[in-house]
Amino acid sequence: MTDKTNSLEKLEHVAGNGLINRRHLLGLGLSSAGMAVASSVLAADNSLPLEIPRWSRQPGPGASGYGSRSSHTEYMQRTAGNPNPIYPGGGSSRSPLQHLQGTITPNSLHFERHHAGVPDIDPSLHKLVINGLVKQPLVFSYEDLLKYPMVSKIYFLECSGNSGSLWGANAADGSAQSIHGLVSCAEWTGIPLSTLLDEAGVEPQAQWVSAVGADAASMGRSVPLNRAMDDVLVALFQNGEPVRPEQGYPMRLFVPGCEGNISVKWLTQIKLSREPSQFRDETSKYTDTRPDRLSAQFTLPMGTKSLITSPSGQMALERQGVYQVTGIAWSGRGSIRRVEVSADGGQTWADARIESHQSEKALARFRIPWQWSGGSAVLQSRATDSRGNVQPSRSALIAEKGSLGRYHFHGIQSWSVSTSGEVSNVYA
Amino acid sequence: MHRKLIRLLALIGIAQIVFIASSQETVRLGTPISESQLEGFDLIVAADGSGLPAGSGTALQGKAVFESRCQACHSANGEGTSGNTRLVGGDMHSAGNPIRTVGSYWPYASTVFDYVRRAMPADAPKSLSDIEVYQVTAYVLYLNGIIDQYLILNSETLTQVKMPNRDGFIDESQAQ
Ligand code: HEC
Repeated sequence: MTDKTNSLEKLEHVAGNGLINRRHLLGLGLSSAGMAVASSVLAADNSLPLEIPRWSRQPGPGASGYGSRSSHTEYMQRTAGNPNPIYPGGGSSRSPLQHLQGTITPNSLHFERHHAGVPDIDPSLHKLVINGLVKQPLVFSYEDLLKYPMVSKIYFLECSGNSGSLWGANAADGSAQSIHGLVSCAEWTGIPLSTLLDEAGVEPQAQWVSAVGADAASMGRSVPLNRAMDDVLVALFQNGEPVRPEQGYPMRLFVPGCEGNISVKWLTQIKLSREPSQFRDETSKYTDTRPDRLSAQFTLPMGTKSLITSPSGQMALERQGVYQVTGIAWSGRGSIRRVEVSADGGQTWADARIESHQSEKALARFRIPWQWSGGSAVLQSRATDSRGNVQPSRSALIAEKGSLGRYHFHGIQSWSVSTSGEVSNVYA
Repeated sequence: MHRKLIRLLALIGIAQIVFIASSQETVRLGTPISESQLEGFDLIVAADGSGLPAGSGTALQGKAVFESRCQACHSANGEGTSGNTRLVGGDMHSAGNPIRTVGSYWPYASTVFDYVRRAMPADAPKSLSDIEVYQVTAYVLYLNGIIDQYLILNSETLTQVKMPNRDGFIDESQAQ
């Protein structure tokens, strides 16, 4: 242990306030926030004689039809906001980003946003209709659609209201989950929408596609036809299993990279038209008022974004030492090329290692070691995508967009670490 | 229920066999349907008025619908019980953060009809008749001072209603 402590002094510091070259990640016994890093503690443990644990002395339960997680991980929960008593079906729940690793969100922890609750759909009675400006209106059953060739892609999904509290004037107390938990990532399997549109025969005047869900709100959104013919899917599977009810079972539209609401769940109708339908959720909601009081509409791709998920808000660093700083990054316009991390509020930056795949419109996972010596710090991450878009600071984003909008926040998140090790949301 | 599930699973199995057998051809399994068969299914009322059903109503008639079916959540005069349920007032050019409602923000009157018919009342969506939707749409527009209480709202007149913030939006759908 003494050796290890000594080797810390030889670590190559790559930016101010303790950031260490990412190449050291593989060689170091690092810790995540909230967990003990201290070599002294490890040393104490190591001095105890190890015994065979009790679970190695008795057989456990056998195989089961449907798996469940360890009872020791049940603290990982989505958190739902205060449900509105007059309207319990409306609302959202957020993914526990600070507990997750890798890039794929387990289906049970994928964030939710519903406008009239989760419908209980019998797939044998569900229909998907394509009508409007097509040569031949068509209706498909679920069983029909299962017979089509499909594609599988890993994509993030982010509610455009995610991180919206950061538009506010004061930095509210919060965690990675409570501030940013309306983003998740899954492998989506489905039929390219273009396949089904080609089968119906798109009329040349058509410019827009209206998608409608079968929930009690009949959620409707208009998608520009050029996007609909590009990479949009009618998704039937999520991480290999049928799309979960909360995510649109038996089928949802999936518009990669774009604000979550447009990936209409419980998809039941696709209608082609010259103009957008101007649904309530593309006029009254999901639009951003600019300082000149005009409001941006159909702002579909989500911005280049990242955040540190550990250490993050409401965690505590228990002792000085080397921590692994990790987080997620994504862009609605491409793949993630680079993530930089700062420990001094953006004065100096170091490249984090991207340890995951770097695919288009998917989450990427980054990591970098950081030595906390007990001083105060402000941890930030900054993503750059494959098209050269760089995540802006919060103040640069507000200087550009104003702060009358409520959606599409993608500025840099700052987590302050106090001298006592408490981590909290700050504006820096 | 169980039997249905097994039948469905069997179908999925068959589906894969069918697909392998015809992998050289395009799969085309949509069943043709006519627009008239979709009349009761397609609820979309677009900004150009397409999809508006027959019928009409005035705000005078809509007051009673509002009081019995909407007021519990939107309160008297549509002032709302929270930001989300406020249906009246606001001014996009007021100082500070403007209050955005049907009256101050929505660019099209068609959206009121479309949304109320599909999603309201929130505790019993799609329970109003088309006539009641015309009536209560007229009432919400009247509460905002956009039309008078006698205007007969129908598929012709509704699209002619000019909303105060009609020119307040910028379409960014083709922005890079
Ligand atoms: C059970 C409560 C409830 C009842 C009854 C109800 N509403 Fe609503 N209404 C809501 C809620 C909650 C929302 C916000 C929904 C959301 O954000 O998804 C809403 C939203 C709306 C909106 C959109 C507001 C905006 O600015 O986006 C309109 C318009 C509306 N209601 C009209 C009506 C009308 C007309 C009736 C009566 C026919 C009615 N509502 C009955 C709860 C209710």
